[in-house]
Amino acid sequence: MAKTDTKGKKLERNGLSDDQLRTIFRNMLLQRQLDNRGFQLNRQGKVPFALGSEGHEALQAGAAMAFHRGKDLLAPYYRDLGLALGIGLTPYEILLSLFARAADHNGGRQFPNHYSSKAAGLMSFSSILAAHIPHAVGAAYAMKYRGERGRAVLVTCGDGTTSEGEWHESVNFASIHKLPVVFLVENNLWAISTPIEHQMGQPEIWKRAAGYGIPGHRFNGFDPIETYGNVNEALDRARNGGGPTLLEGMCYRFLAHSTDDNDMTYRTKEEVAEHRKDDPVPLFERVLLDHDVMSAADVEQLKRDVLRETNEATDRAEAMPYPTAADLYTHLYEGAWQPWQ
Amino acid sequence: MAVSSPTQTTQIMNNVDAVRATLYDAMKNDPRTVILGEDVGARGNVFLITKDFAKEFGPQRVIDTPIAEASIVGIAIGMAMEGLRPIAEIQFADFIYPAFNQIVGEAAKTRYRSNGEYTCPLVIRTPYGGGVRGALSHSVSIEALFYHVPGLKILAPAFPADVKGLLNAAIDDPDPVLFLEHKKTYRLIKGEVPDGHYTIPIGKANVLKEGTALTVVSYGLYVHWALEAAQQLAEEGISIEVIDLRSIRPMDKTTILQSVEKTRKLLIVHEDNKFGGIGAEISAMVAEEALFSLDAPIRRHCAPDVPAMGYAEPLEHEYMSSPAKIADAMRELARF
Repeated sequence: MAKTDTKGKKLERNGLSDDQLRTIFRNMLLQRQLDNRGFQLNRQGKVPFALGSEGHEALQAGAAMAFHRGKDLLAPYYRDLGLALGIGLTPYEILLSLFARAADHNGGRQFPNHYSSKAAGLMSFSSILAAHIPHAVGAAYAMKYRGERGRAVLVTCGDGTTSEGEWHESVNFASIHKLPVVFLVENNLWAISTPIEHQMGQPEIWKRAAGYGIPGHRFNGFDPIETYGNVNEALDRARNGGGPTLLEGMCYRFLAHSTDDNDMTYRTKEEVAEHRKDDPVPLFERVLLDHDVMSAADVEQLKRDVLRETNEATDRAEAMPYPTAADLYTHLYEGAWQPWQ
Repeated sequence: MAVSSPTQTTQIMNNVDAVRATLYDAMKNDPRTVILGEDVGARGNVFLITKDFAKEFGPQRVIDTPIAEASIVGIAIGMAMEGLRPIAEIQFADFIYPAFNQIVGEAAKTRYRSNGEYTCPLVIRTPYGGGVRGALSHSVSIEALFYHVPGLKILAPAFPADVKGLLNAAIDDPDPVLFLEHKKTYRLIKGEVPDGHYTIPIGKANVLKEGTALTVVSYGLYVHWALEAAQQLAEEGISIEVIDLRSIRPMDKTTILQSVEKTRKLLIVHEDNKFGGIGAEISAMVAEEALFSLDAPIRRHCAPDVPAMGYAEPLEHEYMSSPAKIADAMRELARF
């Protein structure tokens, strides 16, 4: 994608309709608004912790557009706000998680951004990196075992997670059994404070696919259309018995790791500013304007809608009750439980 | 256990046969059941527990995995979350450490962290224990590393009939169960096993022998040795009550307390290390609940505080207890 003035070029859509392009853009705006809201609420002392995925908007909105609701499963990690939104979670559900309210899917037990929704096909996960990847592979095995064509698992992680042994074990197992799973790495170049060159000697993660005998691709994760094309092709292959794919979407983490992190202790403002030039949100806005998918008035209206929706969801979630003390003791096992019987 | 009826038929089995027969029935009765682990398919498990299963049920249900314990359990968790009923095998309990997070951080927390939206009906079977010249890495007991963890259930049956009843209960259970099989008992211990499907409730101990002088609580191989020692002491006129825990988490408080209140002395016997072992929790519970029923301090007869038994025969011998050593511990406490 050209960084400015995309007008003269024909828009490569990868089959996406105007409606789908607008949906992607809406998701991206919503991500940014909700990200900011989390950090604002933290600085206001209203929530103890928030995580941002700023810089991942295009990657996640594009990938989510390839997800088949009601069929596919998503096994995300903690920086996947846009994927959660894109497969159907609402801003209200996101804010319930931020505020740790009882009505949250996890009942206020998990950190923010650790979404879970059986109804949406979003698999529960912990903060332990790569631990969810074998779960995705196991779920993909179940789909294949039952002969369910037309379903696949999309499992995501950051670049940091690809150093974990379970990442390797999972890709290897999926390759052996040609499972319907897509491994999508959101490479933002940083594992909290550790840059990519200190994480791996060979920094192109997609190239590892050759070692597993599966297709691998790297793409520009600042471009939602390119992302969609790659993820859609890989998911379609998986759904139709073609086995797993390793995808590496390049992006950048514009914010600190979390509200508890200060990224200026390990990287420079200049580095962040350099990547900001490729900020996917204004870039995609430009593309939509240049190609008359949206008018400037449409964009302004959409931004107002997203802000209003975020505000309403914030107020509504904040007004909901916390879990009670008694809720600490539920859902440990099926039924009532004591370790001594 | 199912109530015996005049028509109840039984088979004599050893513990390997009992595991095998139970797994076979589970595979036969529920197409959601899959077995995965190292060498479970073509080889039929290193103890031949799943011999010929792959031929009968197919390699897609009896899955030879790569040598990767964390993902054996992790993949089984994903299968369980997506509606299968996996039975994962860790070839030796000593090899379970790479899977520690998947068991403790993931399986045990799946239901809890999702507030009940996702569940993890998973059985992890593994042979444990020594006395087989298994050395440092084919002989350990692992129960104490896991019994601290809410969200898990841990079973360690000693008799073939209990193996079948509790393994059926584990397979039917909607939550993750760690099923420990003492490998020395695999072919050593034989017994009658009822035909047909039955379960033994998880969390119920079994009073194997009634007595009056003191209570011995044990599990696994040492239950058999404790029984042997108790027979010896019976000949000496000392009446020992022997309890087989069978279930380590949850544990049967009622049976232990009833016994201790009767005998007024408690000896806990286990193969695992003493420090922080199962006996520590039982001791604390009895001290909290029945201190004034006791006529003597609680005693624990357990492994010394070394990592595991060495390969050389004298090292294994020193680490392991024996019927004679257990009898000595019984005599000492009886005399108090």
